[in-house]
Amino acid sequence: MPEDSLENARKGLSLYLPEAKPQAKAVPVQTIALTDLLPARPFDPAATGFALASLPQGREGPVLWVQDRASRQENGQVYMPSLKAFGITRPVLQIMVNHPRDVLWAMEEGAACSALSAVIGEVYGAPKVLSFTATKRLALRSEASGVPVFMIRAGDPGGLSAARARWRVGSLPSTANPDNRQAPGAARWDAELFRARGRAPGRWVATYERDASNSLRFLPRADDGTLAQGDQHLSHRAG
Amino acid sequence: MERWRRVISTYRTAPDEALPVVLSQSGTHGPVISALNQTARDRGISAGDRVVDAQAIHPDLHVEPADLRGDELLMDRLVHWSRRWCPWTALDGAAGLVLDVTGSVHLFGGAEALLRDICQRFAMQGLSARVAMTPTRGAGRALSRFGPAVSQCGPDDVSAALAPLPVSALGLSPDTARLLHRLGLKTIGDLAQVPRVSMMRRFANLAAADNPLILLDQALGRVAEPLNAPPDPQHFMARARLAEPVMDPTPYMAALSEDLCRALAQAEQGARQLRLTIYRIDGESVSVSRATARASRDPAHLVRLFDDQLSNVDPGFGFDLITLEATRAEPLARVQSELDGKRNADADLAGLLDRLTARLGKERVSWPVSEQTHKPERVAGRVAALEHPPGEVVSLPRERPVRLLHPAEEVQVIYAVPEGPPSQFRWRRVLYKTARFAGPERIAPEWWRDRPGTRLRDYYKVEVAHGGRFWLYREGLDGDQRGGPPRWFLHGLFA
Repeated sequence: MPEDSLENARKGLSLYLPEAKPQAKAVPVQTIALTDLLPARPFDPAATGFALASLPQGREGPVLWVQDRASRQENGQVYMPSLKAFGITRPVLQIMVNHPRDVLWAMEEGAACSALSAVIGEVYGAPKVLSFTATKRLALRSEASGVPVFMIRAGDPGGLSAARARWRVGSLPSTANPDNRQAPGAARWDAELFRARGRAPGRWVATYERDASNSLRFLPRADDGTLAQGDQHLSHRAG
Repeated sequence: MERWRRVISTYRTAPDEALPVVLSQSGTHGPVISALNQTARDRGISAGDRVVDAQAIHPDLHVEPADLRGDELLMDRLVHWSRRWCPWTALDGAAGLVLDVTGSVHLFGGAEALLRDICQRFAMQGLSARVAMTPTRGAGRALSRFGPAVSQCGPDDVSAALAPLPVSALGLSPDTARLLHRLGLKTIGDLAQVPRVSMMRRFANLAAADNPLILLDQALGRVAEPLNAPPDPQHFMARARLAEPVMDPTPYMAALSEDLCRALAQAEQGARQLRLTIYRIDGESVSVSRATARASRDPAHLVRLFDDQLSNVDPGFGFDLITLEATRAEPLARVQSELDGKRNADADLAGLLDRLTARLGKERVSWPVSEQTHKPERVAGRVAALEHPPGEVVSLPRERPVRLLHPAEEVQVIYAVPEGPPSQFRWRRVLYKTARFAGPERIAPEWWRDRPGTRLRDYYKVEVAHGGRFWLYREGLDGDQRGGPPRWFLHGLFA
């Protein structure tokens, strides 16, 4: 494991992923630079939860959240009182615009501002302005300033993108609720990394740990979509 | 009173002048009268009386709340406005202005013409003025308030003019005035005839602002009473006069901004509001305004605020004058930049807020705040980020969805069950089967805000077969007599 990625992991800037095949070595995926999150199904907020869970811990400064009108109407507004459940106590600068062009412009401004702790943008569908060039600009700005940028692309069939990691995230049935068998428990997501720089793609079951570490946990997944036997390949986002 | 009348008549019919009207302010023992109209004064009401007493005696009394802060602001404005007559003006008491017109009387064609001009200009604003021109400030204060509406006296007849006025005209506190009354000294003339030595001994322990002897000396010109005029508000503006009409202002922006920032730096001020005005050669002018989240005098930052707007300005046949002014400035001390070469995070964030707000609009860039309410859609409020600091993020005791649909969308119930959420429902044309659910959480209508007849809501967190988690609610109960059978809505989505 390279030294610098270990260092990044300590700062909470990369995700530790176990290999999809349990024998292989764990390889980190950087969350600095642009990360694409594609919902697996329409109206699925799993990608939002995944973005919130993978925000780096220990960074000061507000989070910039930009939404265009179509994603507000289709997927709903972000509900701020729920964010504390993801360990986010920083203020969220909320920007509501109509056109995806303004979303990209605001994200670029935010990605260049190192006072922010993260930028999350939402664009619905695959508008023309969301071109490969636009994503490349975002990725370069984010790499220069060190601000992680997450782009939630709902309703996107998977167009071109210069994102350093691209995930497709869907909801899975939640874990068993320890208090009530009839009630849903902690959320689980089906996280598929289908393109990443410097590592092979893979598919995991991701959960969010609501404990002191506030970390995203990846469990290897069997081919039939169920959990693989044993939790020995748990991996934490270092905090 | 007159300001209230002018303000009130802009949005409703002012009460008849024949009615007694008073403005009330809160006092120690309930509301007291702070201002009153002539009818009320004729009826024997006076300022400082209690409102309830006056209402008991005069049942037709019309009471309105007084706007003391607005009065103060008006007086502050009038202080600067009255510098049209002379350079030295100041506030005198709560409702008085003192103007040092030494040397500027001849500009208005003599003393009478000046006084007439002052009265006329105030009348044009809907205000009545009582004016007095005297050699000393104290005499002016006494004559304007207790003498005729327009009065004038020279250096020789000051004592004669003041003699018939009551002692309180000197600006004494009520206690001292009452004491003098008890001593039989009712007018300033009486006071002037008392030997100075006995006056001095009697009032030796009173402060200068309340000492009858000192005030009398000031009024008669034996003691100097200088005027301390507040400084003019500073105005920061940079101009670019162009030799030939041009079509594009962009090349001139950098120089303009640097000029403005140099002026601001000299005064240790930073701009909070900017206005760029472009004067076209056909006489039209176009203005673009911008605001900043915190005071700034960084030329590059100020130019960037205008970046996208300049291409929208219609230049017509070209323009030959551009001005950039700071319409609001705040003190901004010079700071040393950080030695380690890092950028100041607060300044970065303020700059980002400025740029976002300048391009997208004030209402689109916001911090979340939480309101004190039970309704889920009302809890999450927003405030404009440029004007407010970020609010405290509260967490609710119960789990809340990460996304909220507003307004909530009605779902079509396929299979209802007596207790709990429907076992099958259709939302956005997709059929969902409930696998597990938690709830209900009952949120009752807020009777102090909601319309009567609003139904209560029972919220359920519902997980469907493939794993989606929804926040459903049933509006109302069967037989609550507030409309038909209860309906189901989808309000939010859990991650």
